[in-house]
Amino acid sequence: MALDELKIGGMGASRRRVEDNRFIRGKGQYVDDIVLPGMLHMEILRSPVAHARIKSIDTSAAWEVPGVRLVMTGDTMAARNLAWMPTLSYDTQAVLATDKVRFQGQEVAAVIADDPYIAKDAASKIIVEYEQLPAIVNPMQAQDPNSPLIRDDKENQTNNKVFDWEIGDKSATDRAFADADVVSKIQLHYPRSHPSPMETCGSIADFDRATGKLTVYMTSQAPHIVRAAVAMVAELPEHMIRIVSPDLGGGFGNKVPIYPGYVISILASILTEHPVKWVEDKSSNLISTGFGRDVYLQGELALRKDGKILGMRMHTVSDHGAFFADAQPTKFKIGLMHSTFACYDVPAAHLTSEGWYTNKAPGGVAYRCSFRVTEAMFFQERMIHAAADDLGMDQAEFRRVNLVKDDMFPYRTAFGFLTDSGQYQKCLDLGLEAIGYSTFAQEQEEARKRGKLLGLGISTMTEPLGAGNSREYDIIGIKMFDSAELRVHMTGKAILRTGAKTQGQGHETTWAQIVAHELGIPADDIVVEEGDTDTAPFGMGTYASRSTPVAGAAVAMVARKIRAKARKIAAHLLEVSEEDIEWELGRFYVRGNQERGVTIQDCALAAYSNVPDGMEPGLENNAYYDPPNLTWPFAAYICKVEIDPETGVWDVLQFVAVDDCGVRINPLIVEGQIMGGLTEAYAMASMQYITFDEEGNCIGSNYMDYLLPTAWETPGFELYEVVTPCPHHPIGAKGIGECATVGGPAAFVNAVMNALKHTGVRNVDMPLMPNRVYEALQTGKDVSGMPPVKAG
Amino acid sequence: MYPSRFEYDAPKTLEEAIAILDRSGGEAKVLAGGQSLVPMLKLRFASPERIVDINGIPGLDSFRVDADGTLRIGALVRHEDMENSALLEKSFPTLAGAASLVADPIVRVRGTFVGSVCHADPQGDWAATMVALGGRIVAQGPNGRREIEMSKFVLGPFVTALAFNEIAVEAVIPGAKGTARGGYLKLERRVGDFATASVAVSLDMTGATVNRAGCALAGVGGRTIDANEAISLLNGKELTEANIAAAAEAVAEAADPRTDHRGSADYKRHIVKTFVTRILTGIARTDQKAA
Repeated sequence: MALDELKIGGMGASRRRVEDNRFIRGKGQYVDDIVLPGMLHMEILRSPVAHARIKSIDTSAAWEVPGVRLVMTGDTMAARNLAWMPTLSYDTQAVLATDKVRFQGQEVAAVIADDPYIAKDAASKIIVEYEQLPAIVNPMQAQDPNSPLIRDDKENQTNNKVFDWEIGDKSATDRAFADADVVSKIQLHYPRSHPSPMETCGSIADFDRATGKLTVYMTSQAPHIVRAAVAMVAELPEHMIRIVSPDLGGGFGNKVPIYPGYVISILASILTEHPVKWVEDKSSNLISTGFGRDVYLQGELALRKDGKILGMRMHTVSDHGAFFADAQPTKFKIGLMHSTFACYDVPAAHLTSEGWYTNKAPGGVAYRCSFRVTEAMFFQERMIHAAADDLGMDQAEFRRVNLVKDDMFPYRTAFGFLTDSGQYQKCLDLGLEAIGYSTFAQEQEEARKRGKLLGLGISTMTEPLGAGNSREYDIIGIKMFDSAELRVHMTGKAILRTGAKTQGQGHETTWAQIVAHELGIPADDIVVEEGDTDTAPFGMGTYASRSTPVAGAAVAMVARKIRAKARKIAAHLLEVSEEDIEWELGRFYVRGNQERGVTIQDCALAAYSNVPDGMEPGLENNAYYDPPNLTWPFAAYICKVEIDPETGVWDVLQFVAVDDCGVRINPLIVEGQIMGGLTEAYAMASMQYITFDEEGNCIGSNYMDYLLPTAWETPGFELYEVVTPCPHHPIGAKGIGECATVGGPAAFVNAVMNALKHTGVRNVDMPLMPNRVYEALQTGKDVSGMPPVKAG
Repeated sequence: MYPSRFEYDAPKTLEEAIAILDRSGGEAKVLAGGQSLVPMLKLRFASPERIVDINGIPGLDSFRVDADGTLRIGALVRHEDMENSALLEKSFPTLAGAASLVADPIVRVRGTFVGSVCHADPQGDWAATMVALGGRIVAQGPNGRREIEMSKFVLGPFVTALAFNEIAVEAVIPGAKGTARGGYLKLERRVGDFATASVAVSLDMTGATVNRAGCALAGVGGRTIDANEAISLLNGKELTEANIAAAAEAVAEAADPRTDHRGSADYKRHIVKTFVTRILTGIARTDQKAA
């Protein structure tokens, strides 16, 4: 008889995460847990100032500290042509500064010593003479023609601009605005934030001169990209490079880029002929590694009186720091910002973007988001909220008028994306009912009598998750497909490897469930391994919610290849022709005689002991999956807040999340992803940002200044689901890892804005700290997070 | 995070600990809960040559109320002990109000009351309650013990009147002569954050009349703000709406906040005023109900 899929831990089973067994016992193996014989330790000396010419570096005192093996500066790197390295966005980034420092925290020198204490002591003895230059801390300053040129290292760079970019149909959009009854505008700042994984970045480089092999244990969400990049940059043969990404303590996009520390540790190992470990501390992680967001968003909607959106214009001004090191597909300079308004039927749209260099850390990583989609959806939902208010329309009704209807799929957006499935209205209605939308006005009135202000905010969105396809999506030329390799052993147990890299997503649990679903092998009989480039098939790694859409699809496809071979073996064992074989979960049987069958385990044994003549023995295969399209999950997030008008403090009374991520492989993990994402959304809305003073000093270099929410203040979330299977994914799944981070912030902000509606305030920039809310209440004016710009 | 090299001592008696401090000539730091010192060591903001760990010294964890109502808090009494204590609720409501707002529950398990006061952070919660309650610190050095009034104990941000060879062994807080009333309110951006603004109020009352009012503020100046004089206008008066408003106004005036990323000076002053009003109004309402 067919197996009960839930009992074998197949699709839909809320199986507990198998990886947690070792994590909760403290048995995880992170980079910092790995100790190699003869291993040395590296400390990086960072710039205390944001912009300065380096006049001299005196390392003599550091060399004299007992236990110091090597002191490296930009000159050490330059001698091997490694002072600069390419970024993921075709720019260059200093590895160790040679000419200038361009942000506070930039890498200036490195000490390699017998232990990390000695390395740190010695680093503090390096004397660097800086000639300070004015710091540019926002794009408005960067635009000033009198401001200093940050990237004077680049030929032909005459100003601080990184790029201009545009997409959409300008003339059609202009016509839409000419025809509009109402034009609604908004201007926002999405502040700089940091993904801030609990484990910081680090590496152990181990170059073996005898074999010529370089092994690097490192914190990477995409080890294969690193191998390719190291091969290109360091001019080492790719087969002699092994990148191992062991257990990762979170990534959130922060562990996609290649950081100077990795490169320095590699050269240090080559020079010292010892393994060299580098693990940055928390402050270094916060001030120097890939940040998220930092974009000024402005735009307008052309509206008909009845609420129909006719057109959308958007302009973004982004702050990329000193080096353009965004992690994003090559074609799209401002990521997938043009996915904005994808869930609404908008006939015409035009987006213009400009990027600027500043004296801040580089990065622009996709912090739990599919390449600037967070900013795109935040703009969209804040714009929608403002437009509904401008039209005097109900927030839900305005969305209903404009959301893409179920019968309009596949739907081509004005920017050219193809959204393929969804039940947007159903999700919205479910959420409205759960939060008690119909009685909210009454509730608000009653609260007013108690001296409290109630607000309700809605955020509805679909987002493009799971890049590629490879035609459109690549990173530094490497196409964004992914892969899986499955080996079924003689006893029917199996090992699965993929090109993705789990960092908390639970791949070890969910991938096994996909195999269980396809083959009927119990999930507990399948071990999942990722992150070692010597053993894992080539893949692009895990970020942008691409694991399930791409690698997860590859897992299903490789399992199907295995099943196809097993079917031939089954026919042989059952002595019938293959055409007479039927499949039910875990078992082949003879058509018309269900009793007569063999299990997948029987087939596995036969694959190694009794294959039909002419068949290769063994039961293993691999699959490379290039998705035909992105996946398009949908979410409706609805938030109810109460503001204390005397202090500006706001509390979340209720938060309802309706997510449609297609078929759910493991509902427990999906819910965990949504809860975590909403917590990060709450953080961004309420407290979390990195800011800089006028001299470019980072305010947010530690957890007392850069605030992560704890369990104590994080509100509870009510989760609901709608399932619209993805039409092109082999198991109907869509991405989910980032929906809540992307769509969540606007729900909180819209709720607070709704509570302030009577004051005429249209916008308070994130984070909505109590002082900002109080100021809005007192002045009746918008509160901008945009830094004050000093004249001249 | 790798601190500079230091020597570590774990003496078993106070005398031994003081002798070590004395020998170290100002290059040693006392370790109690370590919730401020250890992060400072890790960040190398502090690089003492020697750490004197007093956790092994018996008797320093005593936490009791004397017959005359005086509260004595030993140097190793943890924030958590304060939070879980039934002693405070009735007789020291200001302390009870602050206990659950100090840092976060993780820090509260380990950090100490006296250590927090000695750290003299202008944003520290306990220092503010000590000033409002007229507390004293008992310091023991090579020449014996002395008591230092809280108002003279904190000399500036992170600077106290403790000599290098003295250990703060106990905090002493006088009990109310009449009925103890009070409260503590804190605006923080997140649990575990330092105060954007916080207010400690203590009242010693007879019936509806205030005998002595005490008040201090954290987060709104370069040091703990002593607002005892400002709130003293309540002395001898009842908690009427007008008196409360006048007291709130006077205390807000005593604040000395600066504009920063937590808010403008005006906002912080406004919060002080709001919190003083809320604490006093709360007391007035409770007492009215009781009557």
